[in-house]
Amino acid sequence: MELHALTIHQAAAMLRAGSLSSLELTQALLQRIDKVQPAVHAYLCVTAERALDDARAADRRRAAGEDGPLLGIPLALNDLLCTRGVPTTAGSRLLQDFVPPYNATVIDRLSRAGAVLLGKTNTDEFGMGSSTENSAYGATRNPWDLSRVPGGASGGSAAAVAADACLGALGSDTGGSVRQPAAMCGVAGLKPTYGRVSRYGLVACASSLDQVGPIVKDVTDCALLLQAIAGHDPQDATSADLPVPDYTAALTGSVAGMRLGLPRELFVKGLQAEVEAAVREAARTLESMGAELVDVSLPHTEYAPPSFLLISSAEASAGLARFDGVRYGYAAPDAPDLWSTYSLTRGRGLGDEAKRRIVLGTYTLSAGCYDARYLKAQRVRTLIRQDFDRALSQCDALIAPTTPTTAFRIGERSADPLAMYLADDCTLSLNLAGLCGISIPCGQAGSLPIGLQVLGRAYDESTILRVAHAYEQATEWHLQCPHMPVRG
Amino acid sequence: MTLSEEQVRRIADLAKLALTDDEVQRYAHQLSSVLAWAEALQRVDTDGIPPTAQVQTQCNVTRPDEVRPSLPIDEALANAPHRSDGHIRVHPILDQS
Repeated sequence: MELHALTIHQAAAMLRAGSLSSLELTQALLQRIDKVQPAVHAYLCVTAERALDDARAADRRRAAGEDGPLLGIPLALNDLLCTRGVPTTAGSRLLQDFVPPYNATVIDRLSRAGAVLLGKTNTDEFGMGSSTENSAYGATRNPWDLSRVPGGASGGSAAAVAADACLGALGSDTGGSVRQPAAMCGVAGLKPTYGRVSRYGLVACASSLDQVGPIVKDVTDCALLLQAIAGHDPQDATSADLPVPDYTAALTGSVAGMRLGLPRELFVKGLQAEVEAAVREAARTLESMGAELVDVSLPHTEYAPPSFLLISSAEASAGLARFDGVRYGYAAPDAPDLWSTYSLTRGRGLGDEAKRRIVLGTYTLSAGCYDARYLKAQRVRTLIRQDFDRALSQCDALIAPTTPTTAFRIGERSADPLAMYLADDCTLSLNLAGLCGISIPCGQAGSLPIGLQVLGRAYDESTILRVAHAYEQATEWHLQCPHMPVRG
Repeated sequence: MTLSEEQVRRIADLAKLALTDDEVQRYAHQLSSVLAWAEALQRVDTDGIPPTAQVQTQCNVTRPDEVRPSLPIDEALANAPHRSDGHIRVHPILDQS
């Protein structure tokens, strides 16, 4: 097998056995990136020298007797994550020359584990989008069909994993931005429970909804990466001070005796027939493995999209207020006074979707709107969380589609915000509820991947990993790879 | 539910966003559709339902008021567009008069 086609755990075994060095592995990945980057445009910044330095350091640590599941493993990081000394743009012109003076906590944890940083991947600007088309640096293309989107916002990371241009990656999920591109790119992606993983150093999209999550080739890799980044961080006041279980121990391969709920409302209006068929077939597979399927209801699902949009826009309007051309980032050079420094910097530095959401968010929070829109959306959010709590009191986990459709064509929805928002109809409610969910491949429509979502209780990533892993091992969808034309 | 161009201009001013006429027109049109769509929330009976601002149970997370290592000034200011003497430079905030 080609080195770039390895999973994290396969590579780790070879590194451990001494049949491979991190330097060789990293060189192979850098060559692979070079081959696929022109067609896919997954990366915004490839840190080749840094990667080779990281690889040599990992090989030295291994020679000194150290080991670990991520030691010497080359990974890609979403450009919403601050990396010290490495450009971090958040997919925006506003941060085009921003070089953070510090690492996000998750980056520090990966470095301590000896991972190798290959580069920063493309994202919708400030995480706002469902296709990565809102990046100020060009769209990323889906390796399964280069005329189609990889999903978003973490489309760069998902495409990099699918194209074997990294062994694994981190993305961030606000309304589905890890799970949805994972589904569209035929890979695995997990959104942890809100508070499970530190947000320190994650450029905020919506602070009560955001979580950093792994995007990887299989569920075993997902467990390994989650293990490394999960846990309390005193620098993130919203991070949970709770112990982190051994996620690998959850990968038993068995779902016998488990109760899996199918929430009828997550089989949304507009669900593509092949997606529904594949997800229901996956449910039957799990049933044949000994799980009991239960019909459940999440009655307020249809209200999740508007609730999400008002809440996330309100939070974005506050979170993006810091970008004012004063302390960092782009600054309008011709501004005659302070107010126009702010306005011109932000007006020119931000793209349409970000500006629309700031306008919508500001409006939603204004006197006269606050109660009827913002508080209303937050009350609906409570009902959505109560729906999940009720359903998950009857089941161990829930099974649903990840996206209503397979990957759509680049440009197809970019002129219509409402059409674009539909892509997250199956994922948004989980962020509002703050619970955990994973997407894994479960089929194809033509040559386009279909994702299965497994949703779970707060801090119960072990259960969703267990279900996802058992399904994965009973099928071969996780072994499918796109056939891409690559530069020779 | 419509958002007029005038409203968009006023909101953009509050949010310190310089928008072109084309953007004002487009956003007014697009956001009117979005707000009309979001009116669906009014159909939900939320009597007696408290709002959820965030899902965590902890609040008022504090740490001891002790000085810790922090960024040296030159690193902290390295990304500032205008610097002078270890400070960030900005336009005057108050009128000269």
